[in-house]
Amino acid sequence: MLGFVIQRLIQASLVMAAMSVIVFVGVYAIGNPIEIIIPPEATQEIREATIRSLGLDLPLWKQYFIFVGNLTEGDFGRSFIYNLPVLELILGRLPATLELVLISVISATVGGVVLGIYAGYRPDSIIAKTIMAVSVLGFSVPSFWVGLILILTFAVNLGWLPAGGRGETVSLFGVQWSFLTFDGLSHIVLPALNLAFFKLAMMIRLARAGTRETMLTDTIKFARAAGISEGRILRRHLLKLISIPIITVFGLELGSTLAFAVVTETIFSWPGVGKLIIDSIAVLDRPVMVAYLILTALLFVLINLTVDLVFAFIDPRIRAKGA
Amino acid sequence: MSASDTQSPLRLFWREFSENKFAVGSLVVVVLLAVVAFLAPLLVPQDPYNLELLSLLDARRPPGFVGSGGYVHVLGTDPQGRDLLSAIFYGLRISIIIGLAAGAIALVLGTIVGIFAAYAGGWIETVLMRVIDLQLSFPAILLALVLVALLGQGKGQLIAALVAAQYAYFARTAYGAAKAERRKDYVEAALATPLAGYKVAVRHLLPNCMPPLIVVATVQIANAISLEATLSFLGLGLPVTEPSLGMLISNGFPYMMSGRYWISVFPGIALIILIVAINVVGDQIRDQFNPRLRK
Repeated sequence: MLGFVIQRLIQASLVMAAMSVIVFVGVYAIGNPIEIIIPPEATQEIREATIRSLGLDLPLWKQYFIFVGNLTEGDFGRSFIYNLPVLELILGRLPATLELVLISVISATVGGVVLGIYAGYRPDSIIAKTIMAVSVLGFSVPSFWVGLILILTFAVNLGWLPAGGRGETVSLFGVQWSFLTFDGLSHIVLPALNLAFFKLAMMIRLARAGTRETMLTDTIKFARAAGISEGRILRRHLLKLISIPIITVFGLELGSTLAFAVVTETIFSWPGVGKLIIDSIAVLDRPVMVAYLILTALLFVLINLTVDLVFAFIDPRIRAKGA
Repeated sequence: MSASDTQSPLRLFWREFSENKFAVGSLVVVVLLAVVAFLAPLLVPQDPYNLELLSLLDARRPPGFVGSGGYVHVLGTDPQGRDLLSAIFYGLRISIIIGLAAGAIALVLGTIVGIFAAYAGGWIETVLMRVIDLQLSFPAILLALVLVALLGQGKGQLIAALVAAQYAYFARTAYGAAKAERRKDYVEAALATPLAGYKVAVRHLLPNCMPPLIVVATVQIANAISLEATLSFLGLGLPVTEPSLGMLISNGFPYMMSGRYWISVFPGIALIILIVAINVVGDQIRDQFNPRLRK
């Protein structure tokens, strides 16, 4: 087991090293940062002094090591636009994204499992077919379009819910949260629905497939023969049996939902990390782009590492194969 | 093969396909939209790229409005005074071209990488597939977003970003199929002959990878169209001079709040019909290739 853990840790570090090279080359070497930092009307002396003070006159590999050295100390540079340390900027936006993502993924999972079990339990009923049709739509319709329709329906036409922003927030542990106020909650409903739609479709499919398979197994036959009520079979036995893939996907989806939040946050003007990165790309705020890329890569590497390790812990065969 | 030969695989395939009326209908829709897109210049009342034909007096008019051109704007006009129907037909054209180009390049690239990995084996296989798996664990939208940000805007850059975000799906599929085939005796036998290795790969491994690759290709073309629309909606896709469906939707978004729904909604409906129809066709092909679902 220890060998496996070490091997995976080395792999994860290699990936992060590769990512840092790609990001560095992509952001700093392809585009010329000098053009952006130094105003065109600057004199030759000022140009040279700035280039030297930023270390841009050093050979590329030296610049890369300085870049990595700063990263490991948590120094991602300062945003050109906000003139704040980038890390501070991103951490300040993180709670908004986190609450949106968590609410979406949790509600999609709960709703998807309930609907999926029903669709798998009575596959031929009209309700089950409707549920499946909705899940097909959830897979094919682009998420920004769902967002637009939600705004058009609930904000513009019906006027029930606000179309953008975070609403009123409350401070808890020194951080602002929307979900603790009624106004904030009403602001979070539409973006959360938008973000949850695709995940809901996926959870429905997983739960339905699991239910259909499990209902045919001996476990359920014996449970029925023992006279256990159907409701109890579904709640106590079926749920347990279909939960493993659902928990796995739940973990993996947390990461990809963070990525999709970029689109949702832009549509609903939700002031999270996703909105920040889109705004930064638009104005070429390179330090923010770099920090976002590195942190997202780190997040995905950590998620993958955790999944690998959890599986290895559960299933000894993977451990033997991997080491 | 004679026309009366009803046992030809293609005919059998079509017979099975035609049993699903919904899939046939979707196929008709896809073909129809493709025809509309490619004949757009002949079908529309206005060339949406010709700025001289546009008048701001016609901007943001509702469906059915008769503009300064003297014809009815069936679906209304956009913020620049463009006839929306014309803009949608041209937008469809751009979306389909981008989807097909990105899908085709990703198919070729992914297939080469996948088959090469399965054929080469050893450390090459390990490294290549580890990279592919890693890439698959990142959401395609994020990869495309990052690449567009790094490469800048333009048709070529956009296609490159879409290919980079999607080729891994093809590589994984081709690898799986080729790997299964690679172990079979006839491939070993072919490799034992003086025949060059790449010929074995092309003649024997490649044809056996085709069925799953076709399925992935249909889905990925729909995904490419959807991704392009998303990027254009975020303002990171094509330049403003080439309005794809995503950009048309994005142009109308600010006016939605004031009730001018048509500028966003009609291009969106065109986009959804296109994507859903391609997906339904892809689903049917997948079911037909899936041996477990065979009666």
